[in-house]
Amino acid sequence: MTATTLDAIATVQKSPGYWNNVLRRFRRDPVAMFALFVVLALILMAVFAPLVAPADPYRASMLRRLRPIGTEGFPLGTDELGRDMLTRLIYGGRLSLLMGVTPVIIAFFVGSFIGITAGYLGGRVNTVLMRTIDVFFAFPSVLLAIALSGALGAGVFNGLLSLTIVFVPPIARIAESVTTAVRKIEYVEAARASGASAFTIVRVHVLGNVIGPIFVYATGLISVSLILASGLSFLGLGVKPPEPEWGLMLNTLRNAIYVQPWVAALPGLMIFITSISFNLLSDSLRSAMDVKS
Amino acid sequence: MLKYLGARLLYTLPVAVGVSIVCFMLVHIAPGDPLTSVLPPDASAQLQQEMRVIYGFDKPLPVQYGMWLLKTLQGDLGTSIATGRPVAAELGRALSNTLMLAALATFIGFAFGSLFGFVAGYFRDTWIDKAASLVSIIGVSVPHYWLGMVLVIIFSVQLNLLPATGAGPGGSGEWRWDWAHIQHLILPAVTMSVIPMGIVARTVRALVADILSQEFVTGLRAKGLLDFGVFRHVVKNAAPTALAVMGLQLGYLLGGSILIETVFSWPGTGFLLGQAIFQRDLPLLQGTILVLAMIFVALNLMVDIVQSLIDPRVQRS
Amino acid sequence: MSVFATEAPALKTPLLQINDLTKHFALNGGFLGRAAGVVRAVDGVSFDVAGGETLGIVGESGCGKSTTARLLVDLIRPDSGQVVIDGRLVGVDMSVREMRRHMQMVFQDSYASLNPRMTMEDAIAFGPMVNGESKARALGLAHELLAKVGLEPVRFAGRYPHELSGGQRQRVNIARALAFSPKIVILDEAVSALDKSVEAQVLNLLADLKSELNLTYIFISHDLNVVRHISDRVMVMYLGQVVEIGPVNSLYAQPAHPYTRALLGAMPSMDPDRRTMEAPLAGDPPNPINPPTGCRFHTRCKFAAEVCSQSQPIQHILADARHYAACHAYTPGSGHPGLGMSS
Repeated sequence: MTATTLDAIATVQKSPGYWNNVLRRFRRDPVAMFALFVVLALILMAVFAPLVAPADPYRASMLRRLRPIGTEGFPLGTDELGRDMLTRLIYGGRLSLLMGVTPVIIAFFVGSFIGITAGYLGGRVNTVLMRTIDVFFAFPSVLLAIALSGALGAGVFNGLLSLTIVFVPPIARIAESVTTAVRKIEYVEAARASGASAFTIVRVHVLGNVIGPIFVYATGLISVSLILASGLSFLGLGVKPPEPEWGLMLNTLRNAIYVQPWVAALPGLMIFITSISFNLLSDSLRSAMDVKS
Repeated sequence: MLKYLGARLLYTLPVAVGVSIVCFMLVHIAPGDPLTSVLPPDASAQLQQEMRVIYGFDKPLPVQYGMWLLKTLQGDLGTSIATGRPVAAELGRALSNTLMLAALATFIGFAFGSLFGFVAGYFRDTWIDKAASLVSIIGVSVPHYWLGMVLVIIFSVQLNLLPATGAGPGGSGEWRWDWAHIQHLILPAVTMSVIPMGIVARTVRALVADILSQEFVTGLRAKGLLDFGVFRHVVKNAAPTALAVMGLQLGYLLGGSILIETVFSWPGTGFLLGQAIFQRDLPLLQGTILVLAMIFVALNLMVDIVQSLIDPRVQRS
Repeated sequence: MSVFATEAPALKTPLLQINDLTKHFALNGGFLGRAAGVVRAVDGVSFDVAGGETLGIVGESGCGKSTTARLLVDLIRPDSGQVVIDGRLVGVDMSVREMRRHMQMVFQDSYASLNPRMTMEDAIAFGPMVNGESKARALGLAHELLAKVGLEPVRFAGRYPHELSGGQRQRVNIARALAFSPKIVILDEAVSALDKSVEAQVLNLLADLKSELNLTYIFISHDLNVVRHISDRVMVMYLGQVVEIGPVNSLYAQPAHPYTRALLGAMPSMDPDRRTMEAPLAGDPPNPINPPTGCRFHTRCKFAAEVCSQSQPIQHILADARHYAACHAYTPGSGHPGLGMSS
């Protein structure tokens, strides 16, 4: 190798990569930016809850139960035990977001691993893995989540486990189908002809081309997961009292709808805002990734 | 055609077996002795030992599964701990209540979803499309149990127009098709219809937009042959997919009705499940889940078969 | 045309020898996942390629050309058969990995052949890096090769596939194959998808590279004119078997097998005097799942005799000693009356 070629490498005109283009399009999308802002605000609020919240989320008082929205000192009223709603809504984001987002993240890794393995190896491995996945797919997701956590019992960990099991099959299915499609493309054949090992080919050539679609699909599941996670707590599974969590708060405030209906509806509004923001983010990401170039 | 049906049935059988294994395992993944799931907590040690043998809990898991499957196939789903009645008996009425609710919700969701989707697809990329898309994204993002609560707040608490809970006046009692009963059905059905509505709207919009962008439709439009002809064509092409979505949604709603039934105290399978969870009544939980999952598997099969009858192109195995 | 059936004259050891290569694909979809049939994609294919020559392979689509190419570089594992390079048997005297350093392939679809998320320099450097080169050296090599295939490295090295034209992409694919310093390059319909003018440029590039790097080509194409232009020898395949193989001039001037004649007859000629009056092929090739017995071509052959449906013909040496055809008409005593033509 000569010195001139070394110089040449340094002066190569780099084209922006695919992900740079996606990012650029994503940043130009006002809906995406707005949804991202809301999601980040919710996450920051949850993380820094002790700094943001005006009161103690556990301090109850029988003297000031179910105050309406706009009460002095309690801008969003109080709950059935007299705890400050604003504080509990801020703190509630911690468990709700954790229980909604974590299962999808874990399922993204597990499902991608299963799906890409099945898709790349094909044959028997594929049949065994995908038929097992089909069994879990044969349950409606809500039913499976409730069946598993109903059997396992309440608790944050059991809730997370159940939800993760619910989201692995759909992600694995998508991963399998995109990997199977990519495996048949000629650049993978060319890579095999270069003598690369299966692991190297998956890492260098397959992963980069399948992870995008799988990721977008997984982001679309976050909203489902949030609704389901809070739904489990709403049924008395998942988070246990007195922890603040939106679904659980909605449950304990159910009987208050005749006294302070709009206070009782607030935790659900939080779930709704979070869920729709993640859905809008996912949609924007999908369209940003859609175009070739 | 027969070959396709055979292949489809052969594919469903192992899935059904797998589903039954998952349901069987529910009792065994539960913390503690599975015996506690069939006995009251204060049972004597001697009774415990007897029951252990009767239920076969002393045998290896595969044998237990075989025994359980045999019983299940004969229609014996075990006995509810809470009520002491057979699970199958508890399920009967609940299932018909849920089916009624889910069918109505599917119908409403499908009608409005198709309308929104069609309008959005027909006027694609205009503000009408954007508005309809917003409605559908709200539909898939809203926590339906919360929506149920909000509807109760508006129509029952504030306006006092419709009853908030139950399936008829005075709590339990036979269902009748009179206003006293039907008014109980409205809020839960409307709430539930939001789940399929968003998905149906999205699917229909994509179908309509796709069909309208095809060249022959552009040709039809250029000839001035518009509107009704195009509409009929769209319906004809979209029907198999829409039907499949509808069938699957009905299945989802049957399985996913638990949260809404809890909100409205609707005496269906979901409500039953809620009670089973609350009282840790594992036989009831297991039996209900098994029946609902099997209905879902059967619905999937039926949708595939009907779809392949309408549109032979679907027959890809 | 006179026919000889003598032994082949002794040649020096060819660079590449293929013996009895066979691949049958099981067709799935039968009852309970049992094989519903077997596609005899490649059935007992044997041929030699001498160092420095270009062997053209022609035939209708589905005749097994591309499968043969993939079998050669072990992208598909053959059921049986031998691949011998320089007298060394692949899998015994030579590992598959080493074989792939000697024999590389360029695919038809220039776009699908390149990873859309990889720059051109990374795509070319991937092979050498997998085989133990350092990244810096592999990238340096990639730049040299880009220059060699006529793409200015400074402009093209950092680009992605969609930013290049079809011809440019195929140049990159050629560069990638050359990154191993192979002796043999298999070109599987490598120029078929290109515009005619671009095709000519790439063919010229291939010719230049061949003389510069002393390459041996296996050139697979359905375009008989291009094959004639680039090849030294031509092999004709039909339903997974070799029906005729010979030097390009001899084969084009005096095609022996009725299938080759039909194929060439379907080819438009520039010279009206040379247009054959032979009817082009009618219909599609028979289903390779259940190929015809005997000579596989007999169902479409107008010279078919009784013997053709009964026994498989073997390769016979024709007038030019390097020209073979597998047709009963050339086998004395086969019972075939001959093609009924004098020449």
